[in-house]
Amino acid sequence: MSTNTAYYIPHKATWPVIGTIGLMIMLAGFANYLNGSSIGPTMMVIGLIIFIVMLVGWFTLQAKESESGMYSHGVGISYRMGMMWFIFSEIAFFGVFFGTLWYTRNLSVPWLGSGATKEILYSAYQSTWPTNGPGNVGGHFEPMGAWGLPFVNTLLLLSSGVTCTWAHHGLLANHRDQLIKGLAATVFLGLLFVGFQAMEYHEAYTEMGLTLGSGIYGSTFFMLTGFHGFHVCVGAIILSVVLFRSARGHFKPENHFAFEAAAWYWHFVDVVWLGLFIFVYLM
Amino acid sequence: MSAVAEHDDHHDHHDDHDHGPAKGLLRWVITTNHKDIGTLYLLFALAMFFVGGSMAMVIRAELFEPGLQFVDPAFFNSMTTMHALVMVFGAVMPAFVGLANWQIPLMIGAADMALPRMNNMSFWMLVAGVLLLASTLFMEGGAPNGGWTLYPPLVLQPITVGKALPFAIFSVHLLGISSIMGAINIIATILNMRAPAMRLMDMPLFVWTWLITAFLLIAVMPVFAGAVTMLLTDKFFHTSFFNAAGGGDPVLYEHIFWFFGHPEVYIMILPTFGVASTIIPVFARKPLFGYASMVWATASIAFLSFIVWAHHMFTVGMPIAGELYFMYATMIIAVPTGVKVFNWTATMWKGAMTFETPMLFSIAFVVLFTMGGFTGLMMSIAPSDFQYHDTYFIVAHFHYTLVPASIFILMAAGYFWLPKWTGHMYNEKIGQLHFWLSVISVNILFFPQHFLGLAGMPRRIPDYAIQFADWNMISSIGGFIFGASQLLFLYIVYDTIKGGTGEKVTDEVWEDASKHGLEWTLPSPVPYHTWTTPPSAVPTEHVLDTH
Repeated sequence: MSTNTAYYIPHKATWPVIGTIGLMIMLAGFANYLNGSSIGPTMMVIGLIIFIVMLVGWFTLQAKESESGMYSHGVGISYRMGMMWFIFSEIAFFGVFFGTLWYTRNLSVPWLGSGATKEILYSAYQSTWPTNGPGNVGGHFEPMGAWGLPFVNTLLLLSSGVTCTWAHHGLLANHRDQLIKGLAATVFLGLLFVGFQAMEYHEAYTEMGLTLGSGIYGSTFFMLTGFHGFHVCVGAIILSVVLFRSARGHFKPENHFAFEAAAWYWHFVDVVWLGLFIFVYLM
Repeated sequence: MSAVAEHDDHHDHHDDHDHGPAKGLLRWVITTNHKDIGTLYLLFALAMFFVGGSMAMVIRAELFEPGLQFVDPAFFNSMTTMHALVMVFGAVMPAFVGLANWQIPLMIGAADMALPRMNNMSFWMLVAGVLLLASTLFMEGGAPNGGWTLYPPLVLQPITVGKALPFAIFSVHLLGISSIMGAINIIATILNMRAPAMRLMDMPLFVWTWLITAFLLIAVMPVFAGAVTMLLTDKFFHTSFFNAAGGGDPVLYEHIFWFFGHPEVYIMILPTFGVASTIIPVFARKPLFGYASMVWATASIAFLSFIVWAHHMFTVGMPIAGELYFMYATMIIAVPTGVKVFNWTATMWKGAMTFETPMLFSIAFVVLFTMGGFTGLMMSIAPSDFQYHDTYFIVAHFHYTLVPASIFILMAAGYFWLPKWTGHMYNEKIGQLHFWLSVISVNILFFPQHFLGLAGMPRRIPDYAIQFADWNMISSIGGFIFGASQLLFLYIVYDTIKGGTGEKVTDEVWEDASKHGLEWTLPSPVPYHTWTTPPSAVPTEHVLDTH
């Protein structure tokens, strides 16, 4: 398809500045909301709408350009590098929260219950994990076990990785039916995962006393699984767009960057979950 | 949108109406041209340099004499906080991204940046981030005043931030997105868009240093974003990350912040090294000494930057093994840095040197940066640092590594490349006046701060004990002269864009410069579109001794 050897360079771009304005209004609205200002939520909604319009507009444009064969091999390499380094930045972002979990469990919590800190400040505190600290912040809670919903979710995400790869094989062999079925299954499994996680959160809040405010255990638990869940949602949206485009006949066996990017992202989300399952739920 | 990039060999097609800049002000909003975006970045950074500089003038005015004269202490602390944030995220980093945008495609023979639309977005995200940050100046409770590091628990207390905290945090998020997008673009450009003839070890040092800097940016900006996100949830969503009662630890924030913060200081200095390594050979009329060792030294410094962070927090309380490890690891950085200083000096050795303004600034950089490096070595020694910590000694140290290093090199880059970009020569007399005023006043400004710090004057205070009065007054006088001198640079930039001395510069601008870099083989001023066909050969003067 890519008959063009020249590197495509767009000469004007209106979507970036629109998206920036949307994001800025959304964040300024959120900040106002946190400060207790009544205008906050309205600003957030307006900003979000602008941002979504930008996403739809920009990606439609890219898809159109891609399908009309404007992207050469060189452009494809730039896009792949872009996606790869974006995922690298995401790894660094999750690294902060995994690092926080490691630091608190192995260093700061033991320090709280030993030495001078124990003698002078918190003589009654037993530093074990899970903990909500010497102040019993958030009150009594039960930690989340690994072998209920979390284990089911592990199986769901691992299967979704398989269906995603199966779809990719379909695309490469030009079996469009397999491509679409594989993608649909992946999105379905992703949504199922999000649904189960919502149930897990509901149970934590209503029955286990486990909330975001349950000391350092609740903080790390919800921050890690919450950001991961958000990434699953984003990944499912990306895959849905790829599914929609596949149904419209987009992508060729030799040229399908959007599919690859979505698959990379999905596998990244998958690997993060394995890390969570081991370090948050199991250990 | 527009048509597919032309693939022809005729350079005279660049004024084709479809490919020229858009008309009017909208051109700057929707541009995807690397030169336009580079200009936007540089002008924005220059504006922020004066905004941040004005805040520094407030600080020096208040410290001119002991006692409280002009501002109340909370506003003074807002000024130190905002001065740092504006200078780091608004001035120095964007200025180097601006140089990268202008120079990397020209230097590697690429038609533009690899991802032009994202390039536009990363600039506007920067503006959005700085706007959110600046808006806090006008809020109830004022701008953040807990220091640019935003340490909890201080920064979470209402008295310290008022309504500013969420705005400052979201500003950090936007600035992070901007930096990450810019860095991704730079890496993709360097790795994917080089002229086929240019191997990695043929690349100019400026391109090499930016490749490594971009890697640092992608690795650590998300870390800062994560840290401030935890501040946000601790403040508004009842988490206990930095609250010991809930099992958290405020020191954790310091670890995360400096895991970002130490690579961050190299993000500001590695491109500085790159520009110095580009300018010095041209005016010494010799190839750069030790090209390969320069590349490896840059990579070594970048690697070491990830494993030394806790030397910023020796006094916070750490196991002794930690203190020793971070002390020795920090000292090792002096080795690759020493390699660089040696190479710059060796490049000048027996060179046919001339002393135009860019060279003067570069030589001052080598000397004064080395001084900043030596004070850094002093503070790397943990037991000594207990004396220096949070005093004016550290203020003097990092200002030596940022002002007469990063800022001087940015000035040098301006004088060096403005003639190429505009086609006009700047006024050499005023340039030299700017240099001599700057280099003298910057030392009057910062050198006495070493004495103040060693004598025990703490940083971030609006008032001080009477024995610090003399050196503070001298420092402030230096500060006022330095600040005023920079208006000369503003004038020179304006004057050069408007025609400068009226002398038409050659394509090379500087004698034999085309041996040193591809950009000097292009016409002056540089046309709106360049390298629509990549150059067939690349200059190798700068890497002569490696082949």
